Amino acid sequence: MAESDELVRLIGLQFEGRGHRALDGIDTVLPRKRVAILGPNGAGKSVLLRVMHGLLKPSAGVVAWAHVNTHAPRVAMVFQRPVLLRRSVEDNVIYALRQSARHRHEPAARLRDRAQLALAGVGLAHLSGRPGRVLSGGEQQRVALARAWSLEPDVLLLDEPTASLDPGATRAVEGIIHEIAASGVAIVLVTHHRGIAKRFAEHIVFMDRGRIAEESVAPQFFSAPASEPARAYLEGDLA
Amino acid sequence: MTFIRRSFIASTLAAVLGAASLGAAAQDQFIVVASTTSTEQSGLFGHLLPVFEKKTGIKVRVVAVGTGQALDQGRRGDADVVFVHDKPAEEKFVADGFGGPRLEVMYNDFVLVGPKVDPAKAGGKDILEGLKKIEAAKAAFVSRADKSGTHAAEVRYWRAAGLEIDKVKGSWYRETGSGMGPALNTASSMDAYILADRGTWLSFKNRANLDIVVQGDTRLFNQYGVMLVSPAKHPHVKKDLGQAFIDWLVSAEGQQTIAAYKIGGEQLFFPNAKR
Amino acid sequence: MNWIGESLHGAVALATAGDARLWAIIFLSLQVSLTAVALAAVAGCLAGAAVAVGRFPGRRLAIVLLNAAMGLPPVVVGLVVYLLLSRAGPLGSMGLLFTPGAMVIAQFLLIAPIIAALSRQVIEDAWREYEEQLRSLGVSGPGAALTLIWDTRFSLVTVLLAGLGRAMAEVGAVMIVGGNIDGVTRVMTTAIALETSKGDLPLALALGLILLAIVLGLNGLAYAVREWSVRRYG
Repeated sequence: MAESDELVRLIGLQFEGRGHRALDGIDTVLPRKRVAILGPNGAGKSVLLRVMHGLLKPSAGVVAWAHVNTHAPRVAMVFQRPVLLRRSVEDNVIYALRQSARHRHEPAARLRDRAQLALAGVGLAHLSGRPGRVLSGGEQQRVALARAWSLEPDVLLLDEPTASLDPGATRAVEGIIHEIAASGVAIVLVTHHRGIAKRFAEHIVFMDRGRIAEESVAPQFFSAPASEPARAYLEGDLA
Repeated sequence: MTFIRRSFIASTLAAVLGAASLGAAAQDQFIVVASTTSTEQSGLFGHLLPVFEKKTGIKVRVVAVGTGQALDQGRRGDADVVFVHDKPAEEKFVADGFGGPRLEVMYNDFVLVGPKVDPAKAGGKDILEGLKKIEAAKAAFVSRADKSGTHAAEVRYWRAAGLEIDKVKGSWYRETGSGMGPALNTASSMDAYILADRGTWLSFKNRANLDIVVQGDTRLFNQYGVMLVSPAKHPHVKKDLGQAFIDWLVSAEGQQTIAAYKIGGEQLFFPNAKR
Repeated sequence: MNWIGESLHGAVALATAGDARLWAIIFLSLQVSLTAVALAAVAGCLAGAAVAVGRFPGRRLAIVLLNAAMGLPPVVVGLVVYLLLSRAGPLGSMGLLFTPGAMVIAQFLLIAPIIAALSRQVIEDAWREYEEQLRSLGVSGPGAALTLIWDTRFSLVTVLLAGLGRAMAEVGAVMIVGGNIDGVTRVMTTAIALETSKGDLPLALALGLILLAIVLGLNGLAYAVREWSVRRYG
């Protein structure tokens, strides 16, 4: 692919954790498209995401992000369980803004505006004064998304964001992910949920036992999986 | 959240102010007197010190511990004046250069206290005979064993009665290592004999079956002495204020105030300062 | 058995009599212990957070030592502080011995390890929950420690109240470094010890019941704070 279509190069990534090899040689170039990473439990999808972010250091290999307008991309991450601080919803978003080099020196009023905008984007502006941790699981996850979105990231990594949510909340979160993608943020989504992957992804990375077993454009992956593990996965997956 | 923040700031301020006030307290003139539990617990200081403080404006802070510890405090310079009742130990204190001169202030007497039924038949007017009978009967006896003036006197009485107590003691001799009050508590719960100073005994409220068994023997008189801690050894000692206290104790007014202290109509301490 | 009733009656009578000296003793007890706990709160929470969040060689040893230090015998702490503050000792020129300041120092040394050890546990549990999220936002080290201290503030208040209760209940340290001087360094616990040694047990017990009531009140407060905070903040 052309260089401007590249999102990130993953070169020879290995990760040893707790006596077993979670990543066993990941070599690929992810495109600047809607990417979903699928695979059975223990395939190493979450580890790969964390290595891409920098939360985990690989035991071998390199993660090389393509530069965006000559600077390294800002990467935000949302996890399966939203972790909000014991403060208001709005203050949770402002807290994240204050940690970022880009926004920390802006005046308080500006940060409040940014937070309100992000919360409105996920439909929670009316809850901005509530203590974050009394919200429902789905609402907390939407706050987590607003928090990440407010940082104006170039890339958003999502690690099974709907795994802990009920169907209604799942639908809401899925809608927000689509909106964020539409606003120009590159997204890499790790998910169990075949339906979400099918509706969202343009490019699929299928992992099995620490390796990439298959990688292709989404329609092709779902209609005609080439590898045995992928076939077994799609047949067994009831999502 | 603002409520929490405000109350957090408020309590921090309160703590800081509290700390500041603790430090600022000691602005008036004061001296530290190391004395014994018997003078404190008999209530003598409660009666004596207000008179001195009113007259001179000098506050007296009494740290009441055993004689041994009081003399140690004097040696360390943690007190300005030492006021105890163990003449040999006081004379050594002066001889070693830690303070002095030693002035006699008052005496009280010891009493031998024991169970009313007096199983060892120790009662009477002779302390040495009484102790001999207690040892012979192996009757329960409580000793303070804490290097106090009272304990030192007790050991001297045993020796005068012909008994080196360290060698003849048995399970009947209970060493508590404590002050007069706690030792009396122990004796009253064990129905044991014990040597006590009259002052502490008179103000002691937990007597159970105990009463005075031997008293009036002149050997039981217990002399109190006072000494200024040496300013040569410890330059920070408040020698003028401390000397004022000592001068007052041996003055006519001080001596009269001591004599005036009574419990239940009985005088506890008998002033005998030499003029 | 009626001495219990007598003492309860005595306690209430004492408390309501408005005796100035009694209230001075109670007030001094609170002043000394509150000051010690305030200082220990700062030192203890920061130390606890540092050990909870930090990764340094000897960290496990630090945890073991902190936990062990919770059991420091007050009388030993008192003796050590006495030797330090004595005129014959290294800090004697500060003239702190036999003043409330010495009592604050002794109680601080007793309580700070307790607060450090307990806050370390609280903050480490929170760090386990928050670590990934905070690190993904670029927060670590001192920034994380401070964020966690604020976020666990209600549990920490419970820890502080536990420290305060311990400070108000101890007698060994304040007796030695304070000297139990009437009107200057006499606090509730040393007053109880004095009355006991004078054989005035009903009075000692009455004082003891008042002290118990205060400590009970503190614990009730800790419980209420915890309950309220969970309901309000989740």
